[in-house]
Order: sequence, then structure tokens, then C-alpha cells
Amino acid sequence: MINSNENNKDEKKIVLKIFRENTAQKTDSHYDTFNVPYKKWTTVLDALLYVKSYMDPSVAIRYSCRMASCGSCGMKINGIPRLACYTKISELETSTIECEPLPNLPVIRDLVTDFSRFFNHHKNIQPYIQSKDGVDDPDTEKKTFSFYQSPDEVDKYLQFSYCIKCGLCYSACPTVGTDLKFPGPQALAQLYRYYADTRDETKNRLDIVDDRHGIWRCHFAGSCSKVCPKGVDPALGIQLLRSYMLGISKNDKKLAEKNEIQTDEESI
Amino acid sequence: MKEIEHDSRNNLEGIKGWLNPSRYGWERISYWFQRLTGVFLLIYFIGHVYETSTIVNGQNAWESFLELTQTVWGHLFLIMVIGASSFHSANGIRLIFTHVGIGLGTPSRPDYPYSPSSLNYRQKSGIWIALILSAAAMYYGFTVLFGE
Repeated sequence: MINSNENNKDEKKIVLKIFRENTAQKTDSHYDTFNVPYKKWTTVLDALLYVKSYMDPSVAIRYSCRMASCGSCGMKINGIPRLACYTKISELETSTIECEPLPNLPVIRDLVTDFSRFFNHHKNIQPYIQSKDGVDDPDTEKKTFSFYQSPDEVDKYLQFSYCIKCGLCYSACPTVGTDLKFPGPQALAQLYRYYADTRDETKNRLDIVDDRHGIWRCHFAGSCSKVCPKGVDPALGIQLLRSYMLGISKNDKKLAEKNEIQTDEESI
Repeated sequence: MKEIEHDSRNNLEGIKGWLNPSRYGWERISYWFQRLTGVFLLIYFIGHVYETSTIVNGQNAWESFLELTQTVWGHLFLIMVIGASSFHSANGIRLIFTHVGIGLGTPSRPDYPYSPSSLNYRQKSGIWIALILSAAAMYYGFTVLFGE
């Protein structure tokens, strides 16, 4: 157990500037400043929750897992989109921390933004494995299959499947900042993820982003990959996808072999 | 509660997001330079077409317009054109390769601390080569235009 005197010795204070705005009540935006104690392991989310618990309960934040798995607590911290739970105060090496809502997403209140547009772009690229089976035959659709994939085939898309949809890449992208119809790095990288998956049989997936507001708007600023907290590297996925669309890379994808699995229900 | 429109421009960074490119590293700085030099060169080409079109008004009109480039400010402008075109070309060649997936590495299982393969040393070297070439071309232009 940690001695309370030792505890106080480690404790320093940080100035936390929090963006405040209530869109529904049309209040003017401003910053509130708080002096928050912290230790070397305190994250920005811990500091915000301290403010909420002991100083101003009206501060609005969105969070859940506190371990960079859910992607809820994305915000602009000292000018860069980051996860609050994944950013230690001591690592920022500043005396003041400025927390603002994620750019390029409409503010609902304080640090909470509306992700509808972001998720609409994600849904638009059909982020699920599509098989030809079952399209015309509802009975086949009910069957369960196992797929064989080699480790090399898995490696082609696995990196992109670690996306937690936190919206940091979408916020950092300079193209999203000027074109709302641009799908953004997250959706484009996810399209590549499904395109590279040998279980997916869709042929017209690329048509979704073959548009003047689509993939051609990416100019490889690389900011999406810079801010990604999970090492997904959306910029890589987008360039690889573009390479397929330009015909430079040939799509030599061999569809995964599949075996029908007898479910318990069927065997009964 | 008021319904938030999905096409709302509320909190959109716009071209303000281009300011302070250093926060996202060299790749963002290169993006910013590429755009700025592109816009600058477009303005130059429009001016250049207008300049050359003055010849239809006779040799005197052509020569009097050409004198504009023989001033100190005219020389500085031309040095800027040399720098912008050198950077835009060199960095543009790098981007042509990246846009077709060359020089970015291959997808791999990410291990902490994450280091995106698309922002690798090849890209950073390409940006630095473009910057150095641009500075060298500007220096050469300076010695020619302001030299003896």
C-alpha cells in the first residue's frame, strides 16, 4: 500500500483548459480553467474526471473503457487529436493542457461531438464480409461456413481490422476539413480491409469510392496514420487501395476455401 | 433537444487546418508546401501567359513588360518561382510513387509502440531531398540573377 506522505510528495498540479459550449442552448463557446493535481501516471481522462467529480460536474465528456479499446474519449489535446485515456499528462511536458472537441465533427456539448457523419461514411463502404452464397438462395444464407486463410492472407488485412472507430484520423485529415463528402481515412482504410480479405466476394466495392469526392481526394498528408492510437496506418491502406484502382497492383486474390459447418440445430 | 444536422459545418477546420502543419510531422508540412507551391505556380503561370501574350502588341510592349522582372522584386519573385517549381516537382514525383503504393511498406501486425510504415524513412528522405533541391535551385537562381 502506498504511504499517504509519499503520495503527496509525487503530486503536482496542472492547468486544465476545457472548451465549453452547449449547442442545444446556443451558449457562446469559452474555456474554463481548472488546477488539477496529477501524478506521473495520471491520464488526461483521469484529470477530466477529477474536474467532473470535485470541481464542475457539468463538464460533458464521453468515455467508457479507459484503456484505448472503445475509442470513446477522442478529443483535441494541445492541438492534436488523441485519446484522453491514452495520453499521460507527464508525457505532454507542458504546464497547461488544452482540451477541445475533435475537429471536423459537430459539437454537441463541451468535449462531446456528433459521430453520425463519421459512422454514415463507415456504413457506406459496406463494412462486412459479403458472400455470393445466399444472395439468391435464402436457405444457403442460413448455413454456417468455416474459411481457410493462410497467415499471409490474414496479414494483408489484419492491421486494418484493429480500427476502434475513435475518429482521430477523421479529425486530423486536412481533406475532411474542407470536403464533408470525402469518406475520410477510417472508411477508406476499412474498404481496403474488406477488399483485401479473401473471404469477401464483392466485386463492385471499389465503385463506392471511385468518385470525385472519394479516394482521389486523398493527397497523402499522412496525419491519419500519425494520430492513430492503434497502429492501423490508414494512409497505407488508402494508397494500397488506390494502387488497385489505378491497375498498378493486380488483384490476384484467391477466394478462401470454405467448408460448411453442421450446426447443433441442424444435426438435431 | 435540437437535432444536429449531419451536414453541419459546425467545428469544421476548413483551410484553417492547414495552419500550424508542424503538429503532424514532416508529411503534413510537405502536404502544406505542395499545396502552397501549387497555388503559387498556378498564379505564376497565369501571369506568365499574360506576359508572353504582350508580344502581340509589338516589341516595345513586350520589352517594357519584361523590364518588370529585371527589378530586385522581380528577381526575388523569379527565385521564388524556381524554389516552388523545384519543390513541387521533386515532391510530386515522390507522391506519384506513394499514390500507387510504392515505397510505403506492406501491411503487418502492429506492435506497440506503433510506427506507421507509410511514414517511413523513405518518405522523410524524399521530403528532405525535395527541400534541399529546392534550396539549392534557389541559391543557384540567386547567384545568376544577382551575380555580376
